[in-house]
Order: sequence, then structure tokens, then C-alpha cells
Amino acid sequence: MNRMWAIVEREMRKFFRSPMLMIMSMMLPLVQLIILGNAFGGKIRNARVAIVDKDHGPQAVKVLEACDAIAANIRTFVTIPYADEDTAKEDVRQGKVDAAIIIPEQYSRRVYAGNTPSLGLVVDNTDQFTSSAIEGEMQSLVNALNQPVIQPRLVNNIALKVVELYPYIQYMKFLLSGSIALAMYISVMIGGGMLYIDDKARGVHEGYLVTPITKLELVMGLNIAGAIKAVLSGISLTVIGSLMAGLGTIFHPWAMLQMIILIVGISIAFNGMMFLMMVRVDDPLVPRAMFGVLNTLLFFPSGAIYPIAAFPAWLRGIAFVDPFTYAIHGLQSILLKDGGFTAIRNDLLFLFIFGTGTLLLATPLFKRTL
Amino acid sequence: MSVATPATNAINGNGNAAGRQAIAVENIVKRYGDFEAVKGVSFEVREGEIFGLLGPNGAGKSTLIRMMTTLIPVTAGRALVAGHDVTKDSDEVRRMIGVIPQAMTSDPDLTVEENLSIYAKLYSVGRAEREKNIQEVLEAVDLLKWRTAQTKTLSGGMRRRLEIARGLVHNPQIFFLDEPTTGLDPVSRIAVWEMLNNLKKRRNLTMLLTTHYMEEADRLCDRIAIVDHGKLVALGTPVELKRSVPGSNVVEVQFNREDDNWPQRLRALQGVTDVQSQSAGVYRVLTSNGSRTTTQLVEMAASLGEKLTSLSVQNTTLDDVFVHYTGRQLRDEQVKAVNFVMPPRPGVQP
Repeated sequence: MNRMWAIVEREMRKFFRSPMLMIMSMMLPLVQLIILGNAFGGKIRNARVAIVDKDHGPQAVKVLEACDAIAANIRTFVTIPYADEDTAKEDVRQGKVDAAIIIPEQYSRRVYAGNTPSLGLVVDNTDQFTSSAIEGEMQSLVNALNQPVIQPRLVNNIALKVVELYPYIQYMKFLLSGSIALAMYISVMIGGGMLYIDDKARGVHEGYLVTPITKLELVMGLNIAGAIKAVLSGISLTVIGSLMAGLGTIFHPWAMLQMIILIVGISIAFNGMMFLMMVRVDDPLVPRAMFGVLNTLLFFPSGAIYPIAAFPAWLRGIAFVDPFTYAIHGLQSILLKDGGFTAIRNDLLFLFIFGTGTLLLATPLFKRTL
Repeated sequence: MSVATPATNAINGNGNAAGRQAIAVENIVKRYGDFEAVKGVSFEVREGEIFGLLGPNGAGKSTLIRMMTTLIPVTAGRALVAGHDVTKDSDEVRRMIGVIPQAMTSDPDLTVEENLSIYAKLYSVGRAEREKNIQEVLEAVDLLKWRTAQTKTLSGGMRRRLEIARGLVHNPQIFFLDEPTTGLDPVSRIAVWEMLNNLKKRRNLTMLLTTHYMEEADRLCDRIAIVDHGKLVALGTPVELKRSVPGSNVVEVQFNREDDNWPQRLRALQGVTDVQSQSAGVYRVLTSNGSRTTTQLVEMAASLGEKLTSLSVQNTTLDDVFVHYTGRQLRDEQVKAVNFVMPPRPGVQP
């Protein structure tokens, strides 16, 4: 046992003496949290929309007034009057404006005649986010215009009332779980995988192998050290990320206890997975090459960025066996929903079984000789 | 002097010799697929002696030391270290030995003391003994005042001394050193030699070291085994090995022009046992009487009207021993090593 702790001691002394690992493991997730958290999830504001009035009747004026109301209030778009439909369409094509509303000739007369009047909307659908926002706003405008002036005695429209269980969650808060898991993954890959293979290449392991340390002591020592480093990275990012995103979990001791237990589970699972992959690797280039591939393969299908329900079946298959999935689910349950132990029970179970299983597989593969 | 002495007595534990033998190797073989890195080597190392494995790069020295230190499995044959079989009783072997690998493997981020302390813990040395041992080995390698320095701040020579201290921190019976002075400047190299000699005297340590430096083997080792192409080609004390080469002196001569008749003329001189051509007009003449051969050689050149560009006389060196047993020079092998492409690490090979 003392020999195992000697390995842990060596790794931890190195870790604390060189804070670069801690900084590097948190750099990417923090940058991602700041940039993606602020870039995504915002609403479209002040899109430029050309408006061509070929009618000039009273109903066209109603449309123009409704557009002005949008520009003045919700500010999804501002309108720019155009005299010519072809010029407006060409400017949409060239990106000078984001869309063009065409009020056709005889529009007012058709409205009064009940002769299926229509408004034209030309959008640049290469930009799905902007075009969807303008389409949505214009649909609301048209719905409002379609309301009868005199309400019928019986209203048979069905309204959907949405009840949101949690307060509005900014994308940065949603992303925090992914950032914590990513920081732990980077810590495991650099502090565990890469340093382990580098030590092998430098001959440090040769030094261990000539001592009476057993295979189990060596494997456990390396993994405990790796898990401690990942836990420290995870907790640090939880604190920094929560303060940045404005989440109060860190100030609730019970929730923080759940977080720490979950972070321990995640670190065991990530370490076990990494050790299983690296146990027979000798080339220092391999973990570096695998780093990016694994990041894409495991992080993105986990639901950290986009919901798993939207994935095709094969990608959902990856998500099912991906420890990141359970890490993200568990972290979101605590950080965003305060779901308690019941909400993270299955995630914890998977992470501990996954971590123990991969370690059990890796131990016999570990070579006690060169 | 003996050549490739079988260690049968030691392996069987026969006779008085068994009690005094620290290492006994019998017909040990290491194969990587079809490639045989060590081809049935046998030797014994006595308690308290410094035993050297001398040979060029790729001769199989490191493979031999790695088998004896349990780092790589033995393909065939047997090796006993401190009375324990390296294959069957590897844990006991590890407890008895200290090993200094070829590479500097002390952790540069840790202090000198931390490096030693962690290794002592890997050998389960108790706290009180650990502190005492660290003090002693730091004194022995003259690193006491660097105790709290980070290893990365030490010079190459000091780092090698730290490696040696690390190998001794658990008081091993047998000390294995794989090319302990490779990469060191001449001053540091001599300092390491002196330190190893002192350690041997003070602790009665048995040491087995590999080297490709002839001077190192000559000055440091009680006995030397010359290894070439995985085979042990000669074994004995430095004096015995040199004596085994015909001729006690080497005359190195350079004529101002090449002539096919020079070897024949040189062989005709009194006391000459062998003539080796080095390059155009340069010859190494092995002789039992250096001064007489030199006089005759100068007279012969004068009578032929030839000029000598250079002339030197020296005693037989281990390089001559190596040439005698392998047919080529160790120096040449070291020059070749500059262009040598490293094969895959042992254990990675098919």
C-alpha cells in the first residue's frame, strides 16, 4: 500500500509544482464557456429587412405600421423602404439586407374582397437562424392581421399554455456542465494519458519496474493520482464556471456534496477509460493524436451542446455508452434542476461501474516488464 | 583468464563458490522473433567485485542487464541474482538490487530529497531508516548541499550522481549500472568512477556495469566480460585479458607512403606477433618487446630511405583485446553508432 501511495505522492508533487496542467486543463473549457455561452442562445436583433409597397392602400399601411411596431419594440428587424421589387431581391441575394417583404399590387382590394390576399417574404435561407427568426416574426404579424375585427360569439381557437419548471436558462448555464466534463477529460488526457506515456518514453517507468512494487499497486497509484487531478480540475471549473454563469449551486452545501460525489464518479470513469486505451501504448504521439478524436467522438454526442433526441440512431448508440453522456446529465441535474441524489443515481451507477470495469480490464493488460 | 565460463556451479549451488557468488548466469538467451539479441551467455559475478560488460552499442549488454534486473523476460537459460531466480522469484530479486538505467530517470520537477524519498518508499523503507539512508547516500555522492534543489537545476554529472544515490537508497546488495557515464564530460566521468570505487570499498557492494568505454572498464572493473553480437567472447581481469593478447606492447607507425610490402617487413621484426593495417600507411604492430621493435623499425625505414610520419609505443589496451577477440575495433563500432538507427525497444519488437 505504501508503495502505491509513493506513486500518488510523486504524481501529486509534480502536479502542484507545475500548475500548467491545471491551467491548461481549464483553459479550453473556460474559453468555450465564455465564447459559446455568449455566442449561442441569444435572440436575433436589428436584422435589415427591405420592404416594397406596391399597393399603397390602407391595408398596406397596416402592414407597414406592424413592421414599425416590431422595429420599435421587439427589434427583431428594422425595415428599409425599397421602391423596386427586383432591387430588393438582388440586395437580399448580395447580403445587403437579410430579407425583403413584398406588399403586392391590389393587396388592400383583395383584403377587403376576401380574395386570398398574400404578402411576399424573400429570405436568405443560407442563414437559418436569421431567416427563421424573421419568418417567425412575420408569421406572428400575419396572424395578428388575420384576427377578425369583430370577435365571433364562440371562440374555438385552442391556446397552448406552456409551464416552464425552471427559470429561463441562459445558454452559458446550459453549457457549464459540458465545460466541467471537458476540463476533467483534458486533465485526464494530459495529466494521466500524456504524462504516463511521456514517463514511459523517458524511462521513468523502467525505474518503477525494477522496484518490488506490484502491478496492482502501480496501476492503482497511477489511477488514483489521475483521478485526484481530474477531481481538482472539476471542482475548480465548477466554482469558476458557476460564478461566471451566475449559478448559485456552489453556495448550497448539499448540492455541492452531490457535485463532488458526481465529479469523483466522472473522474474514475474517465481515468479508467483513458488507462484502458493507453495501457499498451508506448509512442508519445498516440495520446496527442487521440486527444482531438476522442474529444469529438465523446463530447459532442453527449448532449453537452445539442440534445441527444435530435441525433440519428447510430449517434444515439455512441451516446448510450459514452461516459460523457452520464456526466453531462448528472451535472445538469444538479446545476440546472437541483434534482437531488435521485436524479443522478443512474448516472453515478453507470460512471462507477464503467470506471471500475475499464480498470479491471486494463490491469491484466498492464505489463510488469518492458 | 577464462572465456565464456559456464556458471553451472553457482546455479546448482555447489561448492564454496556458491556462497560467494552474487550473480550467476547460465546459457541465458533473449530472442525477439527471429532475432537473437543474447546468444547463450554464461558468467558469474563474485560478491564485492565490480564486474563490467564491455562491448559496442547493440552488442546485447543492455539486454543482458535488463534480464538480470527482471525488466525483460528471459527466453531461455537461467540467471540467479543474490541467490534468487530472476524468472521464478523476481520480487525477491528486485528487493536485493539497485538499478541505474541508461537514461536519466530522476524526476526533474522534484527535489533531490523527494526523488530519493519516493524511491525509498517504493522499496518500503521505514521512515527512520529512510531519513538515515538519504543522509548517507547524499553524503556518499556529495550532494548534501543540493538536498532541497530541484533536480532540473542540477548539472549532468550531478544528476548522474543523484541517479546513483537513488539506486542505493534502500541499501541493495547488488548494484546494476547501465552505462553510468554515458553523456558525461571527462571530469564528471572521473568523479563518478572515484565515487563508485569509494562506494565499493565502504559498502562492499557488488556492482555490475555495462560500458563501451574501454578506459572505464579498465580503471573500474575487477573483471570484464567482452560481449559482441550477443555472445560473451572473453572474460577475465583487465590484466588477464591484456595478457591473453599476443604481444605486450603496441607500436603504432605511420609511413609517408603506402607500400604493399610493409606488413611483411613489419612481421619480420623481432618480437612482432601481429600487424594490423589501420589506413593507408598506418599500422598497429603488436610486439612482445616494444623498445626493440621500435629500434628495428626506425633502422629498417632508414635503410630503405623511407620516412616515418609518426611513431608511438604503448602497452596493450582493452581495445587491442577487443580487436583480438572480435576482429575489429571498439572505436570503429562507436563511430558506426553515429549512423546507427535505433531498433524498436525490447518488448516492442515482434
